[in-house]
Amino acid sequence: MLEHYLNILVKAIFIENMALAFFLGMCPFLNSSKKVDTAVGLGTAVVFVLTLTVPLNAFVYKFLLAEGALAWIHPSFATLDLSFLSFLTFIGSIAAAVQLVEMTMDRYFPKLYVALGVFLPLITVNCAILGAALFMVQRDYTIAESAVYGLGCGIGWALAIIGLAAIREKMHYSNVPPGLRGLGITFITAGLMAIGFMSFSGIQL
Amino acid sequence: MKFLLGLQNKQRKLFEKGGKLERLYPLFEAGDTFLFTPDHVTRGASHVRDAIDLKRMMSIVVVGLAPCMLMAMYNTGYQAHLAIAAGAAPLANWRTAMMQAMGLAFDPNSVLACFAHGALYYVPVYIVTLVAGGLFEALFAVVRKHDINEGFLVTSALFPLTLPATIPLWQVALGIIFGVVVGKEVFGGTGMNIFNPALTARAFLYFAYPAQISGDKVWIAAETAAGADGYSGATWLAVLKDQGMAGINDPSLGGRTPVDWWSAFLGFEPGSMGETSALFCLIGAAVLIATGVGSWRTMLGCLVGSAAMVVVFNVVAFAGWSENAYYAVPLYWHWVIGGFAFAAVFMATDPVSSPFTETGKFIYGCCIGLLGILIREVNPAYPGSWMLVILFMNMFAPLIDHYLVRANIKRRMVRYAA
Repeated sequence: MLEHYLNILVKAIFIENMALAFFLGMCPFLNSSKKVDTAVGLGTAVVFVLTLTVPLNAFVYKFLLAEGALAWIHPSFATLDLSFLSFLTFIGSIAAAVQLVEMTMDRYFPKLYVALGVFLPLITVNCAILGAALFMVQRDYTIAESAVYGLGCGIGWALAIIGLAAIREKMHYSNVPPGLRGLGITFITAGLMAIGFMSFSGIQL
Repeated sequence: MKFLLGLQNKQRKLFEKGGKLERLYPLFEAGDTFLFTPDHVTRGASHVRDAIDLKRMMSIVVVGLAPCMLMAMYNTGYQAHLAIAAGAAPLANWRTAMMQAMGLAFDPNSVLACFAHGALYYVPVYIVTLVAGGLFEALFAVVRKHDINEGFLVTSALFPLTLPATIPLWQVALGIIFGVVVGKEVFGGTGMNIFNPALTARAFLYFAYPAQISGDKVWIAAETAAGADGYSGATWLAVLKDQGMAGINDPSLGGRTPVDWWSAFLGFEPGSMGETSALFCLIGAAVLIATGVGSWRTMLGCLVGSAAMVVVFNVVAFAGWSENAYYAVPLYWHWVIGGFAFAAVFMATDPVSSPFTETGKFIYGCCIGLLGILIREVNPAYPGSWMLVILFMNMFAPLIDHYLVRANIKRRMVRYAA
């Protein structure tokens, strides 16, 4: 049982890395990776929000949206399929969850709140978060599985952005051709990082 | 030498600012530095303890690689001749024609014939690497007005050794061009790259042309498909993977002649051209460590990391938690088989793409050892995991440095505050 959850975790971190295998969450991945500290902050926030919202969305999907999910209200709803509303609902619930997390953190963990700063609300529109929720639906994870999956996706994404940020800090000393400076070389670096991550692809768990 | 220096100095005017061939200055400079620099001589009391510079470092690596190159030639020919002696037909190409024209038999016992046959495979690959990669290196140097660097000598020496003998030459050219341009030059050239260019080139070929280079079938320069029982089988790594030690000890299981540890250590096994011999890698390691060019911390880290991971897998196997026979393969086999020795000695120690801090180098080596064995054991897709693992760790080398430097600063702040 434990092994099963461990598999999901490892798979989400290394083999199906959100940033470097699916290339999701590219905007903050490329934009907020100039400094390691910022990347650590954003990465932590993503881990936090993913661990929270993926199981939340799993709950919403299982009890409200999936075909026949509403049968618990009345048996006549058993034929109802609201899954076409997933996009809207997921984004809504992610936004709501992020707001709640923000308020709670502001009240009880002010230090962490200040450290994460503007990244927390920005995460609402990070496509890695929505992507994880949609993958969760596709793979039919239970609520516990999706919590582990969310955690793994978050850690994988954080690992990628922190690694990229350290590389970019080191690249201050590189004499990159003028036309490639900035985003150009970052894209190339991300591509090479993806080749590195491919060493894990093919592992059967 | 004096004559050459005079000639070189006479040509200098042509290439310097205002000269006719000003744009080609980097080419002139390359020849100049390779032969004559550093030419500074200290007058009076000397201060410089050792004038080691980039050029000497890189030359020493090439010297360290020389035994592996010789082994690459001999073993390529030797393996081919073994297969031919067992009934395989020689490949129908110009190399076979050359061998026949020279009147050399395909005899595994003739050292000369093995060398010649192997050289006919290795040397073209090396030349193509030098020409194709060097062309792009020179192109970038001319356009970006920097010098052609000796770093490319190392890249071009490493890259052919990681390739199978039977690789098509156009793939060699494509790979090294990708490695030089995307792996190094777009980052600004030697010393500024993040990823090891030779590994970038190898990984590019690996994923772009898996049919020729994936590594589950043996790479022998002979027609192994027909007739040669025991030579059309899998590599030793794949045998280990499928049957564990039983496959090694019992040839009927592995489908090939029995394999003993010593020939694996010496490198008489099929594989990539230069990475089969642990012995010659050890000689290279001795050269690198003695001259201080390669970090012994990185190599030690690789040994420690891989040992730890192998022990974990052995425990899993002997406790009976897993049926996988591969997990029971002992450490001393893991160290001599496949590309471990070559990767740990020559690839992981690349001073540019590994961490700069000394503690960082050890941590980096450990991670390579751990992950390399892990992927070798659990990932069926990549029997030869080391190149990719080092590429993976290249990515995190700056991060290791970042945190070590920060910890160091913190410690000193505390020390000076007190």
